[in-house]
Amino acid sequence: MLAQSVGLVEIIVVVIYMMVIGYLGWLGYRRTRTATDYLVAGRKVHPFVMALSYGATFISTSAIVGFGGVAGMFGMSLLWLTFLNIFVGIFIAFVFLGGPTRKMGHHLDAHTFPELLGRRYQSKFVQIFSGLVIFLFMPLYAAAVLIGGCAFIASQFGIDYNTALLVFSVLIAAYVIVGGLKGVMYTDALQGSIMFVGMIVLLVFTYVIVGGVVEGHSQMVELGKDPNIFGGIGFQGWASMPKFGWGAVEAAKGPNPDAYNLWWIVISTITLGVGIGVLAQPQLAVRFMTVKSRRELNRAMLVGGVFILIMTGVAFTVGSLSNVYFLTKEKVEGKLVSVTGVGAEKSEWDWVIAKKERGLNLKPEDGSKKNPFIGPDVKAVPCQMLHLDTSSDGNADTHLIFKGYGGAAAITPKAEIEGLAKGGDPKTFIGREVVVHPRATAYMRAIVKNADGTYECKTSRIIPYYIRSAMPKWFGLLFLLTLLAAAMSTLSSQFHAVGTSIGRDVYEQVTGRHGRSIGVTRIGILVGIVLAVIISYLNPGGGYIIARATAIFFGLCASAFLPAFIGGLFFKRTTRTGAIASMIVGFSVTAFWLVFVKTSEASALGLVQKFTGGKSSILADSPNWPVVDPILIALPLSILTVIIVSLMTKPSSKEHLADCFHK
Amino acid sequence: DFYVLLAYLLCLLSALLCVVYGLINWNRGE
Repeated sequence: MLAQSVGLVEIIVVVIYMMVIGYLGWLGYRRTRTATDYLVAGRKVHPFVMALSYGATFISTSAIVGFGGVAGMFGMSLLWLTFLNIFVGIFIAFVFLGGPTRKMGHHLDAHTFPELLGRRYQSKFVQIFSGLVIFLFMPLYAAAVLIGGCAFIASQFGIDYNTALLVFSVLIAAYVIVGGLKGVMYTDALQGSIMFVGMIVLLVFTYVIVGGVVEGHSQMVELGKDPNIFGGIGFQGWASMPKFGWGAVEAAKGPNPDAYNLWWIVISTITLGVGIGVLAQPQLAVRFMTVKSRRELNRAMLVGGVFILIMTGVAFTVGSLSNVYFLTKEKVEGKLVSVTGVGAEKSEWDWVIAKKERGLNLKPEDGSKKNPFIGPDVKAVPCQMLHLDTSSDGNADTHLIFKGYGGAAAITPKAEIEGLAKGGDPKTFIGREVVVHPRATAYMRAIVKNADGTYECKTSRIIPYYIRSAMPKWFGLLFLLTLLAAAMSTLSSQFHAVGTSIGRDVYEQVTGRHGRSIGVTRIGILVGIVLAVIISYLNPGGGYIIARATAIFFGLCASAFLPAFIGGLFFKRTTRTGAIASMIVGFSVTAFWLVFVKTSEASALGLVQKFTGGKSSILADSPNWPVVDPILIALPLSILTVIIVSLMTKPSSKEHLADCFHK
Repeated sequence: DFYVLLAYLLCLLSALLCVVYGLINWNRGE
């Protein structure tokens, strides 16, 4: 158990870190005198602080642990997301959007992203609608980061999850509510620096562990040719793109409708959903309004591009390379507590859950189970397992697959116990200290035991398991600080954005009471934090929707806000009606697609089953469509809407446009 | 494999582009 590896030194370092964060929050408070200070950091932030704040806000634990784990499953094809993160999220954003956003924000005296849109289009509706979308959906995204951060703290320090949730959220609330955006950006800069150092060290050590750059990548290519659990959906190795195509493919067991699903998951949901969605993130767009001139944006790019390259590039590379470590290098030492899943009958085997989705194990025709030995909502791999006690506390804490049964034998690990002959019985080693070579892929190595006694492969455990097993012990502390920094820097900005949206964009606009922005925003931030904490408290395990919240929120923002945002910045002809129509179309199509078409979200929400008699998507019978991300449908429709409706309606007055586009 | 290598190169090039752009325009815009 890792909890026991956290000693006095680690606790002292974390306490010092928290005190420095508290000091920076207090510094922000001391330097906050006006609403402009509180909402846009006085519009005079240093370019490097702005760049680190932008990057640290952008990169959360979801990016490092969540998407890093996804790279452990699917490989380096995720680097397309890193490319979009840098080229779109930094270069395009800073060069083309940053300047006009900053300028128009100043001219219209806008302090929030919804206020910028609302004042550009002279529409209360635009501001309130945008504010409500942020207020209603960002707490879900914040909860995803909060749950990840708290689960990690709880497991590291051996404390209760709810205690971690309370301490963590109170600490962040304190410096966000008191210090405003200045407090947020000062702490972001420190947190971004810690993240940068942590990821550089992780990359260097990983290449040392796998035998160097060329050796590591060569091994990854070779190992990727072996049969893999994701072969049926188009996986072709960790150094290759998944198979590209559309439709069902003839296979030995009949047509396979999922043969190209992985390509569409990697490209449409992961790469485009997050890669383009970044342009319309309210908490990031507001950063452009915190610098005093275009020059600061130019200087900020120097740090921004390299920062994102190191953050996501390292997470995805290390996630992919972790397969080389787990398959060829890892040794697990401990006492063999038990061997389970031994027998000739299926009922005696262990079933390790490899996929979860509502109704996955049910026959559509009569609702009976396809596989009677597992739950209704899972797909599982039959195998024999070893359970080891690696921390000498008497409890089995490490669960490894010894071998697979039947058709699964080719895709499951074949663990080796030192001293046990090939084909030997591992039960003869029970009660003895053993050295096991798991020979597992990262995904099949990241097995956790659930509260109900089932075993499950968890993507989110790949990076933490790798850090624990492969990296030197002192790095655990640096990585703990890196993850704390990643979670806190993202959460603080999310809370600030939720607070400003409910305070300034909704409350002030609806009631007409202006001039108390700081007080109202502080209450708004508190409401946002309470919402995120409640969601996190009710879903300690995360749940599927929470796990997908980052991609959902990025996609939703892109479809609902991006056409109106870009149209407003660059085209005088974009009209208020066009903007409103495109926001409603983008939001509605995204919501419809998530509730009725995209299997992963639709089956979790459960509404589609009621309309289709148990199917997980209204397009369940069509290949590939159920894994296509809504951004591919909603964003083009939203763009078309803003163009067509704007051409049919009257633009704003010349005086107002002159004010917006003042040179 | 080529497409993954291409992504790798584009990541490095786009980060380099950001650095070069920042340096060239270091004093522009004030």
